[in-house]
Amino acid sequence: MIEFEDVTKRYPDGTVAVDKLSLRIPSNQITVFVGPSGCGKTTSLRMINRTIERTSGTISIDGDDINGRDAVTLRRGIGYVIQNAGLFPHKTVVDNVATVPKLIGWDKRKAHSTAMELLERVGLDVKLAERYPAQLSGGQQQRVGVARALAADPAIMLMDEPFSAVDPIVRHQLQEELLRLQRDIGKTIVFVTHDIDEAIKLGDNVAVLRVGGKLAQFAPPAELLANPADDFVRGFVGQDRGYRALTFVHPEALPVQPLPDELALQDGVPLGWRNGSEELLPVGSVFKRGDSLRAALDAVLTSPTGCGVCVDDDGKAVGVIDQSTVAEALRS
Amino acid sequence: MTWIGDNLGLIWEQLREHLYLAIVPVILGLIISVPLGYVATRYSWLANPLIAFGGILYSLPSIALFIVIPAVLGTKVLSTVNIIVALTIYTVSLLIRNVIDGLRSVPPDVRQSAIAVGYGALHRVVAVDLPIAVPVIFTGLRVVTVANISMVSVGAVIGIGGLGELFTLGFQKDFLTPVVVGVVLSLTLALIADLILVSLQRILTPWARVATPVGEVA
Repeated sequence: MIEFEDVTKRYPDGTVAVDKLSLRIPSNQITVFVGPSGCGKTTSLRMINRTIERTSGTISIDGDDINGRDAVTLRRGIGYVIQNAGLFPHKTVVDNVATVPKLIGWDKRKAHSTAMELLERVGLDVKLAERYPAQLSGGQQQRVGVARALAADPAIMLMDEPFSAVDPIVRHQLQEELLRLQRDIGKTIVFVTHDIDEAIKLGDNVAVLRVGGKLAQFAPPAELLANPADDFVRGFVGQDRGYRALTFVHPEALPVQPLPDELALQDGVPLGWRNGSEELLPVGSVFKRGDSLRAALDAVLTSPTGCGVCVDDDGKAVGVIDQSTVAEALRS
Repeated sequence: MTWIGDNLGLIWEQLREHLYLAIVPVILGLIISVPLGYVATRYSWLANPLIAFGGILYSLPSIALFIVIPAVLGTKVLSTVNIIVALTIYTVSLLIRNVIDGLRSVPPDVRQSAIAVGYGALHRVVAVDLPIAVPVIFTGLRVVTVANISMVSVGAVIGIGGLGELFTLGFQKDFLTPVVVGVVLSLTLALIADLILVSLQRILTPWARVATPVGEVA
């Protein structure tokens, strides 16, 4: 657990970046700091590895004040990922990843083999290992950044807007992969973003900060959407928070109806809707059993027939729902 | 041609002296410039005055320096130390700008992540900042090396000038061959030194000449 107690950062010119911040960041979960620019989210993050020193208050990790430890040693035990990855341009991909293991004195072979394992783990082709960062795409560089942060198996990983410089499709992939990775590794992750959607998607807990470095609300995303603490949080989570909150509604079992004849299938996988002509109409988005109500509603809304297709884990259609099914689930 | 054959010993001797007088200041200058440039990037108010001061030093006429240095250092007028000190001053005055620019060329996010992964201050300079500054530092190193090779000849005026002494010899005897030999050899020397530096830079910075990615493949 990382604990902030009355933490303040005041710069020599009098600007207060963080104002008496107190919060507990639970272990083995993703905690997101979100807020507009100037809210002190990045400053708060950097005070954890002491790349920015706080003015007053205490920050402790598992009960130990971080000021009691040598800053360089502290940093080697905390993974760090930033926007644009910040890879060392003069080192190969694998050497970038092996940086911290080498700094803490692992032998070269072990550092190298660990780095190679991590490259695979973050979804990178090991053929890229001997390339230089400039030869990689933005998304690939960001994966290397995550691998570098995890190389020495730190308990904590800090991520400072790591996905905001890549295009939306790549960002979506990287977010999914982070969630998948986190299911395996269970690190204590502190993630900074200005994007409330990203915060809601990734966070087990979300800390909303307002300009001037004050905590506005600290809550799990569903709670944040359902009960915003004040007008600032309500404004920040956006007008469509009701729709977005459906992300956290997982109906036990939506009653599905049998597949209609109009749905064309190939080996059980939906191909499209027949409408009398040669060409099939697109299926629309599909959802799986156990998916959120948001996914189910989206399937209904994007289907040309108003029937959302439910599929199993192999992508085979198992049934359909219509608007009334979703409306029924919303009422309950 | 017979003159060349008869004086191979002398030519070889002057060539060696020329190389020594040109290269030692480059090495000394590099050893001085790097820490000085590092200090200037740490205390950034120092950088611009240092670069300006370097510019002033470089504009001093070399003959004046060759003559003033013995008076200041108390060395003999005919000592090679004078030439080495003077050319080291020129080297530092040129190179300091490249070292500062090179260290400044380290992208802020790279520096930020170097600190965050746990490099200590000195270790970071050696392992991250300087390697990234190599291309910019080498640009200065090449200029200063060629400049030194040509400047050594001026020392002939005060009696120590490597291949430059072949010029004085030729002028005194009103005889062209030693002059031509001197010019050709010092040009060749400059060319070879530059080639060596370019190759050295390529070896040191394999990362600087890689292709950029063709498309975004995540």
